[in-house]
Amino acid sequence: MKLTKMSALVATTALCAPMAMAEDMANELTIVSWGGAYSASQKAAYHDPYTAKTGVKIINDESSAEAVAKIRAMNEAGNVTWDVVDVVASDAMRLCDEGLAEELDHDAVLAAAPDGTPASEDFGNLIVSDCFVPQIVYSTTFGYRTDLVGDTAPTSVCAIFDLDAYPGKRSLQKRPIDNMEWALYCDGVAKDEIYDVLSTPEGIDRGLAKLDTIKDSVVWWTAGAQTPQLLADGEVVMGSTFNGRLFSAIAEQNQPIGMLWDMQSFDLDGWIVPAGLSAERKARAMDYLFFATDTQRLADQAAYISYGPARKSSAPLVGKHATLGIDMAPHMPTDPANAGNVHTYDYEWWADNRDDIDAKFQAWLAK
Amino acid sequence: MALTPVTPQTPAFTAGTAAAFGAFAGLFVGTAQGSGLMGIVLGAVILAILGAIAPMMAGKDKPVRWAVFFGFIAAGYAFGGIPAAVVGGIFGAFFGWLIFFVASGRYRESLAPYLTPGQVLWHYAFRVICGVIFIFLITPILVVMPLSFNSQDFFTFTPEMLQFKAEGYSLKHYRDFFTNDDWQNALRNSVTIAPVATVLSVGFGTLAAIGLSQPHVPFRRAIMAILISPMIVPLIISAAGMYFFYSRIGLQGTYLGVVLAHAALGIPFVIITVTATLVGFDRSLTRAAANMGANPVTTFFKVQMPLILPGVISGGLFAFITSFDEVVVVLFVGSAGQKTLPWQMFIGLREQISPTILAVATILVVVSIGLLATVEMLRRRSERLRGISPT
Repeated sequence: MKLTKMSALVATTALCAPMAMAEDMANELTIVSWGGAYSASQKAAYHDPYTAKTGVKIINDESSAEAVAKIRAMNEAGNVTWDVVDVVASDAMRLCDEGLAEELDHDAVLAAAPDGTPASEDFGNLIVSDCFVPQIVYSTTFGYRTDLVGDTAPTSVCAIFDLDAYPGKRSLQKRPIDNMEWALYCDGVAKDEIYDVLSTPEGIDRGLAKLDTIKDSVVWWTAGAQTPQLLADGEVVMGSTFNGRLFSAIAEQNQPIGMLWDMQSFDLDGWIVPAGLSAERKARAMDYLFFATDTQRLADQAAYISYGPARKSSAPLVGKHATLGIDMAPHMPTDPANAGNVHTYDYEWWADNRDDIDAKFQAWLAK
Repeated sequence: MALTPVTPQTPAFTAGTAAAFGAFAGLFVGTAQGSGLMGIVLGAVILAILGAIAPMMAGKDKPVRWAVFFGFIAAGYAFGGIPAAVVGGIFGAFFGWLIFFVASGRYRESLAPYLTPGQVLWHYAFRVICGVIFIFLITPILVVMPLSFNSQDFFTFTPEMLQFKAEGYSLKHYRDFFTNDDWQNALRNSVTIAPVATVLSVGFGTLAAIGLSQPHVPFRRAIMAILISPMIVPLIISAAGMYFFYSRIGLQGTYLGVVLAHAALGIPFVIITVTATLVGFDRSLTRAAANMGANPVTTFFKVQMPLILPGVISGGLFAFITSFDEVVVVLFVGSAGQKTLPWQMFIGLREQISPTILAVATILVVVSIGLLATVEMLRRRSERLRGISPT
């Protein structure tokens, strides 16, 4: 008897579930992002106001780390379930090249600045791909333990390679990007010649040889949260990570950590719309993008996390932190005081050379 | 129960044994303080001295043991405050007992008189090795529990925590779990997916096991192998296959899809446990029921089911835990709307090392212990009913 009731229940749920799904799909957006504090800032600055305005329910999927692979698989299976996806610029370029992301006419689909400047001018050269709508400028930079570096706090990125002045472990991201550039810069290569040197086999060897001098003292990280954890534990003296993670460890969690902005590596993060959406879903995704990337919205996000808005017109609107009440402008990677010596990461060069250098880097790591 | 008369040991023997233990403990204390070698030497020397004294103090066990106990507490406190004093107290109590256990020869008491010294040594070495393995397995789980009460947002034992100050501890990660929408949605998804997947696994698995236990079914072994294959094939392969298959038939990213995928993973557990209970099932009972006019369905529910119920329930619990802990398949088959607890924990670990994960882990460990204790009690009950074990 009991079993009969149970199976009736199962059958009913089984029948109702797809119907419920179908109804919701009409008024729902699946937005993919990175999770953690970053997704929380997007929810507060974009999602909640958008839902309040339009009634569209937003589902947050935290899969950006696997975005390229998953979009490929969805495309192959003919079942694209994502509407708007947050990816870094280099992933957006790859997806665009493979035809997996929609190409956009930025001026037609995005809001103009309040003074009427068209979107393409307001974003300027940050539109690195036809499929990409820039959202924030972040940087990969260094934090150090203020109580472990002695009397002289590091002011140059080359402190990473200086084991005499700053003994102890340092954490670096487990990939060649940025690390190779920093290594060559600290080996005496001029900033504007880094990629020329790195284009030669000798240049790659030279970068790896420089990294070799500190290899035994490096803890390699793969997730942005690892360096703050290692710094909080005192396991490392200094380490690279995304500037927003360091800001939250310093300002929100009161850890004894200082920022080393020298040679910070700028990168972009933004939206793409996957190819293959139905006309109706695509229209809904575009409506969201128009709203979420206007001047005010981008400035609002900066109240929750210390990443710089991608629009020029948003910069003057950046205010105070939403809960701590501190001015956010001095914590932005784009602030003139922080951006004195910046390393500009060359997307195209890395797109062409990534596979080759990755292989050499991995081989060097395994040695 | 003394098997062997005891004779007190020589100071040299006691000192040597105690020194070995001291060196082992010293290795850990020394490493924590920065020099493992120094710790080994100091630990060995201190315990050798205590071990040499003990045989001379025979009969005055109590005062000496208290003295060692408080001596270690004091030394620990001087070294590193309250936490070190607690560790010192544990070491002091153990070493105080150890030196008299060895010195008085009592360790020989419960062993057969004909054992060689080598066999006696192995008898105790075996127990020490088992203890070390046990500690190795359980420590990571135990470390997580106090960390989940951390008042900071990192996986760090802060100085306040180590000094047992109230401000070092907080329930905020538990509060975060119970108030944060992401975690609550994940919890809701987990508790709506796991029971339905379990019901499906138990239903199909039990029927399959009963069918496959009939001797006249053709290709029994082959069918059995296919049904339990989800347990053997690497999960990532099942997951990728399910992803493409479910996408084509419109089940990918739906509640039903995740439930079916989890049911497929749970069925092997049910088949295995139910098949095992059916081995002890007396088939003449079903024939007797048929003889008295019961149809097969009535026979199943009235006669067979109550007897194999413990196997069904423990299989169901394994199926439930499989669905509740599973992260790989749901990442492929599910979409954000079906985000389960393990998925949320996986994201949390990757994007933000938040101790909320530890709070959830602690809750899940407690739940898992409860479920496994139930399984064990059912197993004992079934054995008792079938008269296999008298206890």
